[in-house]
Amino acid sequence: MRVMIIVRGNARSESGAPPEDHLVAAMATYHEELARAGVLLDANGLKPTSAGWRIRYRADGHRQVIDGPFTDNKELVAGYTLIQVRSRNEALEWARRFPAPFGEGHEAEIEVRPLLDPEDFHQTAALDRFRRLDAGLQGLG
Amino acid sequence: MADGAHPVAATRAAIDAVWRLESARIVAGVARLVREVGLAEELAQDALVAALEHWPRDGLPDNPGAWLMATAKNRALDRLRQQQLHARKHEELAADLDALQATVVPDFVDALDAARADDIGDDLLRLIFTACHPVLSTESRVALTLRLLGGLSTEEIARAYLAAEPTIAQRIVRAKRTLAAAKVPFEVPRAAERERRLDAVLEVIYLVFNEGYAATTGDDWMRPALCDEALRLARTLAGLMPAESEVLGLQALLELQASRLHARTDATGQPVLLTDQDRARWDPLLIRRGLAALAQAEALAERGDGLGPYALQAGIAACHARAPLPEATDWPRIVALYDALAQVAPSPVVALNRAVAVGMAFGPAAALPLVDALAGEPVLRQYHWLPAVRGDLLLKLDRTAEAAAEFDRAATLARNARERALLLQRATAARSAA
Repeated sequence: MRVMIIVRGNARSESGAPPEDHLVAAMATYHEELARAGVLLDANGLKPTSAGWRIRYRADGHRQVIDGPFTDNKELVAGYTLIQVRSRNEALEWARRFPAPFGEGHEAEIEVRPLLDPEDFHQTAALDRFRRLDAGLQGLG
Repeated sequence: MADGAHPVAATRAAIDAVWRLESARIVAGVARLVREVGLAEELAQDALVAALEHWPRDGLPDNPGAWLMATAKNRALDRLRQQQLHARKHEELAADLDALQATVVPDFVDALDAARADDIGDDLLRLIFTACHPVLSTESRVALTLRLLGGLSTEEIARAYLAAEPTIAQRIVRAKRTLAAAKVPFEVPRAAERERRLDAVLEVIYLVFNEGYAATTGDDWMRPALCDEALRLARTLAGLMPAESEVLGLQALLELQASRLHARTDATGQPVLLTDQDRARWDPLLIRRGLAALAQAEALAERGDGLGPYALQAGIAACHARAPLPEATDWPRIVALYDALAQVAPSPVVALNRAVAVGMAFGPAAALPLVDALAGEPVLRQYHWLPAVRGDLLLKLDRTAEAAAEFDRAATLARNARERALLLQRATAARSAA
């Protein structure tokens, strides 16, 4: 099963300041371990929401483009790590080892979500067309 | 203490997960001390038993892997000390062993944290090479690798290989005994031996993958899980030996093959040929990873001795992966890669595959003589693909009666009912096309 570890954004990640060396080192060590165990598929950090935008779909059919930054910290994503493990328990164990994203002593939250499997869907022509795009369904987890 | 309030069942599940994550490193770390993988696994198991005893009561330690490693290494030191004592026949000291241990046994948690990650990597590599040692039979290498590197239980290995559990247990016990009796050193082989031994390691991973790939719908889920195990091993090995072209080549090959896992059977579980597969169901993430590993393998090969058989097969798989539609396949490139493969790993099956590629790239008339030349190969005598390929080429050349006869012959050789039915259909179609 594939599992995405999502790091929640906060004021620190939104500031755009580069992470401190010891944080980068801790993340590097953790991801080296994932790679060594053969479970790491992908990992990336995201720029602050000031670099992004949202599109709001309104009930009346209008679409509204809203430029960042955004302040609803609970909803922000600062980065992700995608792993492939044998079980939910293995995912839990790897997640427990995830370094404190903004350093020890700083509040933070990560969220762990299993990706949808191809088996979770009924095969439909529309779904197959969607998969044909390189993005695939894997990115939507 | 991370989760002091764990209910017992959750703790058990957590211990199981920690064990699967850590067992290979622990066995490897202990084996470096005691120089024997059988004993090392025994001592690692002792540490697991200790965890099962302590953790439900005390909660999971903050660093469960280090806890297990320290416990197992302490037991290893105890064992070594005992052996020394016995050797010296200092019986009165042995009686005081417990008191002695309390002061002498170092705390390995500190030592472990201080240890460079490279040491752990080196130990893992030694473990892989030992489990795949040529002194063992191929099936023993496979079982021992899944057990020691994959952390699979005997029962899981038995289910994956459709074997009885005692058979696998016996196989593993005997393999450990063989390694001990042969005094196989716990090391990564050097120089001349290294290449041959690495071939053995790559072969084991490749065989595990193929066993999973050959599984069919309705098989126990452990069988397809072998593909994941092999892929994980290949990725681990690529991380440990990042300068070996063939290691990257094997990883690339497995990533690319695995990208098609969901497309290679139809809704009824029957196999679907590569060119007939629904490419929308290929996994783009695994394709990207496979192509990236292949690029590394190719860059390394340029500096070394050229591409080996795994990198070449990965190159062929990549030609398919890169084609959004079957018509877009770069067949001339596939022919060139088969040419190279036939040089480094010649076999009649490679020659037949090459002939198919020639047919696709340059037309049936170019391919037919190549297939005819293989007619006498003993290896292919019972291989239904030979007449099936020949029939296909003849059909394309409008030699329908001969084509029908080849399809009939292929049908008699086919191993499953579905393939037989398909071939007989093709024979009928060829006759009516006449």
